[in-house]
Amino acid sequence: MTDSKQNEYLLEMTGVDKSFPGVKALDQVNLKVRPHSIHALMGENGAGKSTLLKCLFGIYSKDAGDIRFLGKPVDFQSSKQALEAGVSMVHQELNQVKQRTVMDNIWLGRYPLKGLFVDHDKMYHDTKAVFDELDIDIDPKTKVESLSVSQMQMVEIAKAFSYNAKIVIMDEPTSSLTEKEVNHLFTIIRKLKERGCGIVYISHKMDEIFAICDEITILRDGQWVNTQPLEGLDMDQIIAMMVGRELTQRFPEKTNVPKETILEVNNLTALNQPSIQDINFELRKGEVLGIAGLVGAKRTDIVEALFGIRQRSEGSIKLHGKEVANKDAHEAIRNGFALVTEERRATGIYANLDITFNSLVANVESYREKSGLLSNKRMKSDTQWVIDSMSVKTPSHSTNIGSLSGGNQQKVIIGRWLLTGPEVLMLDEPTRGIDVGAKYEIYQLILELAKKDRGVIIISSEMPELLGITDRILVMSNGKVAGIVDTKETTQNEILNLASRYL
Amino acid sequence: MDNTNNTKPGLQLGSVGLRYLKEGGIYAVLFILLAVIIIQEPSFLSLRNLSNILTQSSVRIIIALGVAGLIVTQGTDLSAGRQVGLAAVVSASLLQSVDNVNKVFPDLGELPIIGVIIIVCSIGAVIGLINGIIVAYLKVTPFIATLGTMIIVYGVNSLYFDSIGASPVAGFDPRFSEFAQGFLRFGTFRLSYLTFYAIGAIIFMWILWNKTVFGKNIFAIGGNPEAAKVSGVNVPVTLLKIYALSGVFYGFGGMLEAGRIGSATNNLGFMYELDAIAACVVGGVSFAGGVGSIAGVVTGVLIFTVINYGMTYIGVSPYWQYIIKGSIIIFAVALDSMKYADKK
Repeated sequence: MTDSKQNEYLLEMTGVDKSFPGVKALDQVNLKVRPHSIHALMGENGAGKSTLLKCLFGIYSKDAGDIRFLGKPVDFQSSKQALEAGVSMVHQELNQVKQRTVMDNIWLGRYPLKGLFVDHDKMYHDTKAVFDELDIDIDPKTKVESLSVSQMQMVEIAKAFSYNAKIVIMDEPTSSLTEKEVNHLFTIIRKLKERGCGIVYISHKMDEIFAICDEITILRDGQWVNTQPLEGLDMDQIIAMMVGRELTQRFPEKTNVPKETILEVNNLTALNQPSIQDINFELRKGEVLGIAGLVGAKRTDIVEALFGIRQRSEGSIKLHGKEVANKDAHEAIRNGFALVTEERRATGIYANLDITFNSLVANVESYREKSGLLSNKRMKSDTQWVIDSMSVKTPSHSTNIGSLSGGNQQKVIIGRWLLTGPEVLMLDEPTRGIDVGAKYEIYQLILELAKKDRGVIIISSEMPELLGITDRILVMSNGKVAGIVDTKETTQNEILNLASRYL
Repeated sequence: MDNTNNTKPGLQLGSVGLRYLKEGGIYAVLFILLAVIIIQEPSFLSLRNLSNILTQSSVRIIIALGVAGLIVTQGTDLSAGRQVGLAAVVSASLLQSVDNVNKVFPDLGELPIIGVIIIVCSIGAVIGLINGIIVAYLKVTPFIATLGTMIIVYGVNSLYFDSIGASPVAGFDPRFSEFAQGFLRFGTFRLSYLTFYAIGAIIFMWILWNKTVFGKNIFAIGGNPEAAKVSGVNVPVTLLKIYALSGVFYGFGGMLEAGRIGSATNNLGFMYELDAIAACVVGGVSFAGGVGSIAGVVTGVLIFTVINYGMTYIGVSPYWQYIIKGSIIIFAVALDSMKYADKK
């Protein structure tokens, strides 16, 4: 038994520093979590929340700082070690073996034995006991793949609980849950709290923070801003602490002028639900349209459906008043659409191939000569064009793109799509994981394109970014359009309110 | 997850039909083939044929059980057939009859059968271990790793085969022939010893897969290697063990195959790995990893043996048999990948 006076905090992280080449990701960051409390960890994307947690779990090694758990200094080398000590994390992307049963997943890595064999009865009963305690109604013998996302999440929480976790970290746990599921999740979280756990709750949803959290720590640009009880704070104060700087300097001057409509989208609905339903909007020439929404609001699904890589059940897409089918990406490209995808590593770059290949891959058909072979001359000049006009910093055309920085990779990819001569350029989180300087250059590029009468759609989770460079913002909530607002007249608050409209 | 909200009735009907096709399509095709065979030649349905099919399936089941565990971990094993060949030649050369004038080791006395089993299984374990090291520690994809060892093992086997005279090794010790060719008679029905060995292997593997930590770990590794790792499963060691175990199964299978045929050359076992992999896949062991059952593997082998035996029985040309078998494999895997495809 620990003396409560001796250990005011379950987990104390003080003065944590972490640098990556060229970036100071964490600068003297503190996080102190008490028992019997739910602690909100807030900050914009890139503020250092996940870096801090990665330092805790030993995924990154911290440069400086002190981590104490239950009063003793700790230095976990892996998430397994942390888990066994009593610090567990419920990930946004769930790490589960979907093909196996619920109880197989909960006891993976520490199956109970009876002699030589796994004790299935004990596994079943222990799982049941944990589920009963947390009010979770799932048969331990069902396969994980047949569960809903919220049930999978509950299984993860139960797993953390079964490790006797003292600290449970939840990273945007409600991002894909319905309101009812969120309420159930909250009941479970409160149960954990009653049992003396400290919960670190990461979310962008203000109403949730106010609903369940006791304390709040705010990070901004890798720095610790404040830790205080939530009582007495209001939403605007929190946002002010999170943003905390002039927005104007971070963005180039907006000189683009929206003109006539080029793209009309009506009743766009995806075939495989849950996804987008009944999406209507139009995009004008020279306009930058932002798409805002919480994680899980299905923003990406809109551009995927437009680009032909997500099946539609209904809806029409009209370009210049003429209906286009966009049945697959190839057709969409020919119709003048371009999509810079969200997962740069997974669906953007060919990391092991050179700048030339990465620049030309979407446009390769246009270099074919009469002979059927590709024209080296034109390929070379187009690659140079990408490097020059995007100001890509690279030693040569034959450098592997994987060796460039994230910002330069992104510029090559944007250049790739510009080579296809798109009328509608869609960018999904184009500045994620990119440092501030490169972000500015990408904003410049986007606004330049708008000035050249292209229509630009940009999805972003960074509110200041949307407010800084768009003309209008379409706010998604739970697969539906909650509203389209004029950027000049809106506020962060209005957008956040719209974003939770259909939750 | 199936969420059919907001879809049109026609689509719904279509997707239900598609689902049944995915689940049961392969069995439908096989039943049709079986029906064709029986209609052509009603005498196919006899105890004698059943006994032959079981006997022919036995060694294949043992080899397929070896490779199945590897497929579950997202692996594969091209060296299986050549390992069978090596074990066959080694065991044949060690178990020749003492009064055989062509005995390759004239001075060798009568070795106990169990001793030879241990020898060939140890050889298999070592080769499997090498495969495992290449896959788990040198991070070579299983296809390439075992492609390499497949060729190496054939080379080793051929060198050995050359050194003992380069002619088929036959004239076995009667105990060995009895061990591999003997049977129990129930009236007209013969149940060969091979079938019992296969049943033993099935029970062993079933327990291993379903009742032990090791078995659960191979499924976890195959289903989501990252999840297995963060939950504290020692992934490389588990891979080493499963590869070594597969070698043991090939070794035992190779010895039985030599005894069953009555002679062995360095070419025995050629392409056996493909039959074994095909049987696993048709039996529902997914190349995507993490999915499979012993019952599926056994069913897969039985299906292929029945088709093989049945088509030969009604006189289908072996060339046509290749075409049909190949089509079945593709059909089965296409259904499998449709089941697991992520729909956008």
